[in-house]
Amino acid sequence: MADKLHFNLVSPEKELMSADVDQVDIPGTEGWLGVLPNHSPLMTTLAPGMVRIRTGSDEARIFVRGGFAEISPAGLTLLAEEAMKAEDLDAAAIAQKVKDAEEDLADADTDEKKLAAQQSLDRLKELQAAL
Amino acid sequence: MPSLKDLKNRISSVKSTQKITKAKQMVAAAKLRRAEERATQARPYTERMEAVLANLSASAKGNPNAPKLLSGTGKDETHLLIVATADKGLCGGFNSSIVRKAREAIARLQGEGKTVKIVTVGRKGDDMLKRLYGDLVVWKTNFVEIRQVGFEQAHEIAEKVLSMFEDGEFDVATLFYGKFKNVVTQIPTAQQVIPAEAPEGVETPDLKGAIYDYEPDETEILRALLPRYVAVQIFRALLENVASEQAASMTAMDNATRNAGEMIDDLTLQYNRARQAQITKELIEIISGAEAL
Repeated sequence: MADKLHFNLVSPEKELMSADVDQVDIPGTEGWLGVLPNHSPLMTTLAPGMVRIRTGSDEARIFVRGGFAEISPAGLTLLAEEAMKAEDLDAAAIAQKVKDAEEDLADADTDEKKLAAQQSLDRLKELQAAL
Repeated sequence: MPSLKDLKNRISSVKSTQKITKAKQMVAAAKLRRAEERATQARPYTERMEAVLANLSASAKGNPNAPKLLSGTGKDETHLLIVATADKGLCGGFNSSIVRKAREAIARLQGEGKTVKIVTVGRKGDDMLKRLYGDLVVWKTNFVEIRQVGFEQAHEIAEKVLSMFEDGEFDVATLFYGKFKNVVTQIPTAQQVIPAEAPEGVETPDLKGAIYDYEPDETEILRALLPRYVAVQIFRALLENVASEQAASMTAMDNATRNAGEMIDDLTLQYNRARQAQITKELIEIISGAEAL
């Protein structure tokens, strides 16, 4: 435990990951944080972005949106509202979706529809930017 | 005295009812297992959230700038009741016990001269409440078209409730749902969600003398956390509701199957007696006819 960081990633629906790792980079709202073992206690809100989890020479990447990170002596816990593994994301498919969303936005005739289209477009762009 | 044919018809109709209740029971058992699993999977998030909130709210208490979601509006005039029930029946007293609990609360609050507003989640609760309190229902939703309730739906409800709170439409929100204790016991529960009550008895991690850094500051985090906490509580209630519904349905269908079995036994006995009586009667007729000759 001394030289490993206990990392938990939980979404409202289930626990996605629980492992001992070397380093986790998380996108805090006030900037990126590289969390190493024995980090001082910290609590921060998360910006949408890619979390990088390093164990030895392996690196896993998970896209998170909305949530919190809590660092305590027990480890790092990410409470993410949405989390997707990077390997499940396809850049081409997302680019296509962004295009669709842009078309939706152009087609939207009421304010309500416009707002909904703008929101889904923003979400997709965040995702694209993180990749 | 029903005729033999009547009895036969009744037996076969009870038998087909029994087949249906039996099938429904098995479906509920399978669904219950899945629902329980989902409720368990959702637990870590809720627990962490509670720990974080307990941590933060302790320091926010007494702070005049504390978010309204935590400290309340300072009034206790308008109550919002969120009544979560199932969309389907065939689950014994599950829906009606939740509705009864909500009705008691409505009567009590109205007796105290408070204004009551209702949000119904699920079709059954809405059906039952709209007859008596139709004019109090401000919003309703159900999951008839959704196969599996997810966080998305909880989020949607939370957003609606929160926007009503922002607009000052109510002061206190209480959530009614069926708490899943075990397969035979489901407890209709009322839980206050706004203002958020800091969970009690939550273990906070031992910091070994260090104190938390907050990024951004505590109030900001609290402000971001509380709406999510409301959503999470609704989500948990929905999951528990699904599990409770299936458990109640399983028990109800088990009883129904057993009752149908008893009824079939009774009817079969009656049928056999009637058949016997008819044979005896026919014999007597033949014998007395022969004697007369």
